[in-house]
Amino acid sequence: MSKAKPKLALYWAASCGGCEIAVLAVNEKILDVAAAFDIVFWPVAVDAKVRDVEKMPDGSIDVCLFNGGIRTSEQEYMAQLLRRKSKALVAFGSCAHEGCIPGLANLNNREEIFNTVYKEGSATQPENPKNLRPLPETEVAEGTLHLPVFYDTLKTLNQTVAVDYYLPGCPPEAENILAAVTAIIEGKLPPPGSVIGKNTTVCDECPRKRNEKKIKKFHRTWEIIPDEETCLLEQGLLCCGIATRAGCGALCPAVNSPCIGCHGPNDGVLDFGARMMSALSSVIDSEDPEEINRIIQEGIPDPVGSFYRFSLAASQLRRKHRPANEKSATTK
Amino acid sequence: MSDTVFEPKILGFLCNWCSYRAADLAGIARIKYPANIRIIRVMCSGRVDPTFVLSAFAQGADGVMVAGCHPGECHYVDQNYKAMRRYAMLKQMLAQMGLEDNRLRLVWASAAEGQQLAEAIEKLVADVRELGPLNWPKSWEENGHRLEAIQNIAREHAEAMEVPQ
Amino acid sequence: MAERVGIYVCHCGSNIAGMVDVEEVAKWAGVAIPDVVVARDYKFMCSSLGQQMIEEDIKKEKLTRVVVAACSPHLHEKTFRRACQNAGLNPFLCQMTNLREHCSWVSTDRLAATAKAKALVYAAAERVKRQQPLEPMPVKVNPTTLVVGGGIAGIQATLELADAGYKVYLVERSPSIGGHMAQFDKTFPTLDCSACILTPKMSEVGQHENVTLLTYSELEEVSGSVGNFQVKIRKKARHVDYDKCTGCGICIEKCPRKVIDHEFEAGLGYRKAIYTPFPQAVPRIPVIDTESCIWFTRGKCQACSKLCPTQAIDYDQQDETIEIEVGNIIVSTGWNLFDCTKLPQYGYGRLANVYTNMEFERLCNAAGPTNGKILMRDGKTEPDSVAIIHCVGSRDSRHNEGCSAVCCMAALKFGHLVLEKTKAKVYSFYIDMRPNQKAYEEFYQRLLEEGMIFVRGKVAEVTDAARQPSEEGKLIVQAEDTLLGKQQRYPVDMVILMGAMEPQADAKELGLKCGISCSMAGWYTERHPKLDPVATMTDGLFVAGVCQGPKDIPASVAQGAAAAARVMGMITKGTVMIEPIVASIDEEECSGCRICNNLCPFNAIEYDEEKGVSRVVTALCKGCGTCVAACPAGAITGAHFNNQQIMAEIRGALWDAAPEAKEEPAAV
Repeated sequence: MSKAKPKLALYWAASCGGCEIAVLAVNEKILDVAAAFDIVFWPVAVDAKVRDVEKMPDGSIDVCLFNGGIRTSEQEYMAQLLRRKSKALVAFGSCAHEGCIPGLANLNNREEIFNTVYKEGSATQPENPKNLRPLPETEVAEGTLHLPVFYDTLKTLNQTVAVDYYLPGCPPEAENILAAVTAIIEGKLPPPGSVIGKNTTVCDECPRKRNEKKIKKFHRTWEIIPDEETCLLEQGLLCCGIATRAGCGALCPAVNSPCIGCHGPNDGVLDFGARMMSALSSVIDSEDPEEINRIIQEGIPDPVGSFYRFSLAASQLRRKHRPANEKSATTK
Repeated sequence: MSDTVFEPKILGFLCNWCSYRAADLAGIARIKYPANIRIIRVMCSGRVDPTFVLSAFAQGADGVMVAGCHPGECHYVDQNYKAMRRYAMLKQMLAQMGLEDNRLRLVWASAAEGQQLAEAIEKLVADVRELGPLNWPKSWEENGHRLEAIQNIAREHAEAMEVPQ
Repeated sequence: MAERVGIYVCHCGSNIAGMVDVEEVAKWAGVAIPDVVVARDYKFMCSSLGQQMIEEDIKKEKLTRVVVAACSPHLHEKTFRRACQNAGLNPFLCQMTNLREHCSWVSTDRLAATAKAKALVYAAAERVKRQQPLEPMPVKVNPTTLVVGGGIAGIQATLELADAGYKVYLVERSPSIGGHMAQFDKTFPTLDCSACILTPKMSEVGQHENVTLLTYSELEEVSGSVGNFQVKIRKKARHVDYDKCTGCGICIEKCPRKVIDHEFEAGLGYRKAIYTPFPQAVPRIPVIDTESCIWFTRGKCQACSKLCPTQAIDYDQQDETIEIEVGNIIVSTGWNLFDCTKLPQYGYGRLANVYTNMEFERLCNAAGPTNGKILMRDGKTEPDSVAIIHCVGSRDSRHNEGCSAVCCMAALKFGHLVLEKTKAKVYSFYIDMRPNQKAYEEFYQRLLEEGMIFVRGKVAEVTDAARQPSEEGKLIVQAEDTLLGKQQRYPVDMVILMGAMEPQADAKELGLKCGISCSMAGWYTERHPKLDPVATMTDGLFVAGVCQGPKDIPASVAQGAAAAARVMGMITKGTVMIEPIVASIDEEECSGCRICNNLCPFNAIEYDEEKGVSRVVTALCKGCGTCVAACPAGAITGAHFNNQQIMAEIRGALWDAAPEAKEEPAAV
């Protein structure tokens, strides 16, 4: 193995795994990647152990593509470990970048999530008469075994460790991954801290006809079959393309489905949902407070889910407020 | 800290033409209101980006007031209607995020309504005082077991046997 | 490079220092706030010594930013900006924070006020570091002015400007200028003949070499901005050739079609289908009312065309839109009378001898339908008793909350005219008598002496249902005399309702076209209610007369002249400086989503179809920042109020809130 080959690591934290598939979706180009890099750690594809990484000198991994948010103590440990070992840590995909769908669980705490998952009669657990829960600690003859602690709040990668680059998307599109990896190989990366992608929003790539906007009623996607030519937002669908960073080629609007915002906000925008809320409410076509409330309440029954689908964990408020007297779920 | 009275920190976004002048007038008329509000001047209530309000809560504000000219009296013709709509949207979203209704308020005050603005400030301060501290950033904290758990992983990895070659 | 910030905390004598520990604030700011290199307190910052201190510090300490913690920026922002400029610092790198109006004067607790002052200073310091140097833009002023509305206020403004040697376009929607004043018989309190004082001014306008009179014309569209407005005006088809007509009046005389004149004669008289509103109309060019004209409705007649000596009748004439360029616009669009049928308890429209004030104006006008005789609807009988009801639709929360300002005096004038012309008894039913200008109170005293009977109380009802024989055939005014504390019934022959002044029905629409906002009542909003009463929020747009709020003739004339004086100031100066607080769009970041496109009431945002981006027309932008807050891509920046500046201000204002917020990543 040539010493000149840069070392690459990939890791999967709190995410669905789609990002891992996305890496493979570059198809035969993956061979170029494999040829260009020395893949030192990729649990899903390569046989290497955590302790191998622990033994590496700090900063010895050139690039680490880290997907997934931070939901457990183990993920936080891995994030810190890979941060120390990597020269460039890339938050790969929406989960690491903004928390993504797992971050929407920040509308609940651990107890509520466990109730949904483990409680008898819940959607995922019809039978659990003894109300068994994962235990963080188990005593066995050889000593105490630990399960990772499940957090109340999902954090993004950069809320946990310093991040050098962000590759947006749920998952990042193959061509963008390839472009990013090529940039890394060629040393043509943007300044550290950048989101690798375009600096405009999806409308720029969307061929639909746009007019001045005035919205009298918002529709949910199943309520109407939108016209294929005109702007989906003008038809009352909550299309997030106005606020979402371009780079996907307007994939969703192209199939007559509104953009849901997976690429996150444009450069310099602090809070994706705030941008959406501000833009949309600005063009509601009413000056009557009651009618305005009705339009919003009927058309957008779930504002957090609509505007923070991918970015709740990365938003300014990060999660639902927890009153001071709420019992912390991580308490034993 | 328990022996000190809770003094809420409230941020006010006031439009240059009506509500900021109303606050000036309250001062000129020596109308008294609690010192808990800190006023930020914007040209128009239409400039108030929901980001500002969220940012205030995320940085520890206990309450936020947005104030503008009366509907139909905006110095920029009708921009305060945009503020009205954004406020309605923001309110609905913040309710879902667990914010008490009384912590965010939209107030209309003309340049002549120093008294009314002072009363609105007094009311908001009283309402927030009753709700107690918000301290949103505290919601993000996990408790001390988090550090312990991470250290456990490091320790267990160190203790684990090497797999024989 | 870090900024070098100077902080200047003013005592304002004891105005601030009495409630805020200013010395402590200054001392603390010097230590606690990053990048602060000088922090001083001083007795009076706005004094020349205070300003000098700032100027010297800027030079000596090489300050790049200045915070003045003193009074309201509305008071002294200009002062301190100028001081900075004198010392070579861009004035927009100076920030004021308001420790007096917003802190010391409203607080009662010194500790709390001092803590608040610190937060305000911290906020200003964080903000000022992110402020950017800005330069106002000079724009040349076109010396031609547009006046919209040819009532007395507009006429006055037009003549002031024209006499000073400047060109004026005067646009009036009806066929003649003159406005409501032309309908009056006498004016209070002097009892001058309204026409005698108005018509000379009207004809002066008509003949003035500097005035282009556009009657029977409507303002369609205003674009551009101060100094250089482009205005589209629609000249409605008169069907009379303006250039050929000599105003001889033969056409009017010979027109066989007579219709009720609901405008000038308030429904009491008639006019022809081809008409000028009144004999002294300016211009004297008639118009054809196509809805009444026999030729237009039935295709017959053509009497006017056949008899016109100059062949000026043109049935095929179409509306014509012209475009003009002006530097300033004065809006003086006047008012509308309250629809008295909205108060059915007063019987207007149902009981024949209930009149509105405008009807009565015509009734006692020598040129009116009864030649100035005060007669009842039968056209023969003089009334034996007349009741005048004040505040009809004004000072009434269901209709117009405000006072119409002129009705008390107009009612006294009516009382005088009735007493002078008839033998009738006159009752005035008033809530409060408000004769509050020069010689008005004297006029009220005169009417008291002349025997007008004043009943203080709001009228409950006007009815023709008699309860006693003495009430038969009369109108009975039921009112509480609040001075006696008694309900009374007053049988009279005639009732005059002093209907409220209301904004023109399309005032808001016109306001939107020009960029003038309306109050809740619908009157145009002046820039400052006391100190800038004829300017508006839009530079180059002025208001005069009743469109800004109810007022009488002298006040309207004063405002017309004032607006003209403001315009002359602009013209004489030749250039205006446009505030640099404007929005701008980064075309690279703009995705052309078009969210912002209809958010601007000043039409300052245009969409470039070709490039697929939106753009701010700087000259039209007023800097409200609404589009900045709305842009979903964060592509719009508002100068002097950008996101970084405001977010920094928020951070500074909350410097002492929730310090436990910071959560350090756990070290392994």
